[in-house]
Amino acid sequence: MRIFGACRSLRVGLGPSPVSRPTNHLACLAAMLMLVAALGASPLLDSSAIAATPRTSMPAIERQVMCVTCKIPLNVAESPQSQRERAYIRGLIAEGKTEAQVKSELVAQYGTSVLALPSAKGFDLAAYLVPVAVVLALIGLLALLLPSWRRHARDQAATSPDSPKLSAGDAARLDADLERFD
Amino acid sequence: MPLLIGVAGAALVGLLVYGVLSQSPKRTLDEAIKQGHHPTAPASTIPMPLLSGNGARTLASYRGKVVVLNFWASWCTPCQEESPILERAQHTLARRGGTVLGVTFRDSSPDSLTFVKHYGVSYPNLRDTTGEFAQAYGTTQIPETFVIDSSGNVVAISRGEIDEAFLNHAIALAESV
Repeated sequence: MRIFGACRSLRVGLGPSPVSRPTNHLACLAAMLMLVAALGASPLLDSSAIAATPRTSMPAIERQVMCVTCKIPLNVAESPQSQRERAYIRGLIAEGKTEAQVKSELVAQYGTSVLALPSAKGFDLAAYLVPVAVVLALIGLLALLLPSWRRHARDQAATSPDSPKLSAGDAARLDADLERFD
Repeated sequence: MPLLIGVAGAALVGLLVYGVLSQSPKRTLDEAIKQGHHPTAPASTIPMPLLSGNGARTLASYRGKVVVLNFWASWCTPCQEESPILERAQHTLARRGGTVLGVTFRDSSPDSLTFVKHYGVSYPNLRDTTGEFAQAYGTTQIPETFVIDSSGNVVAISRGEIDEAFLNHAIALAESV
């Protein structure tokens, strides 16, 4: 209140106020600087803070968790338990929890089986490692086999006979036909 | 080359078999009971939070009492059906120094608390938040009930809804040991 009070006499485009004095201008400038500094420090206007905490959406969570009784992803489940889970998630979202916090709360309530993706620990790690290992093995296999396939194709091309030779009669007829077009 | 492919294929099949075996529920307790043994209740030192929210307990902290260990969840219909039987057992056991001990599994605490209030459950309940305790008992379906004697040994198992006859017989067996 006091900050704005100090600038009451500074009216742009209206000419100097009858009560305007140089000390008033200085006070106003100082007040403005303080206000800008205060707003700059405010977490409410910190754009990085706003960008770092996007609003958690229900569909995003539903895709990542399971209905614990029906053992299917929550986004396709329609059982009474899935409705309870949804209501619980809605409550957490309403509390302003982030996606990670919501998932963490769900694990605390229902255990790790509530997560759709297997954990990256113990035997579950195989779910991530095996596909990578299979892809690497296939690449290795291709790297081994491709040169031999190419060599085989080249050898076949080298040993295969050229296009069949024309018989003397056909050659003569072809020459005659070509001469007619000359 | 065929040898390498064969080894890789065998490794994949081995991994699959190991996965199926390690994920399938343990039935060693059931086998032991069938053979007339009383195996030690597993995972008795795993601390679990009380559903009421006041601290944590282990199964071992009930040593010296006959314990009717019951796995349940609010969404489980048979759990609702057997709830009055367990409550009656609690009244009987409490007079003799024993207790029913509920363990919620794959259930949110607000839902479990609603169940407790609705069915007037008076016995203590713990929350198996990691599923580690249930896994030690081979529990995948609920309800499941394990009757444990005062020495901490399992004397009877019911995988499914209990009836009064089973529970009375199992408690009598636990008390006689």
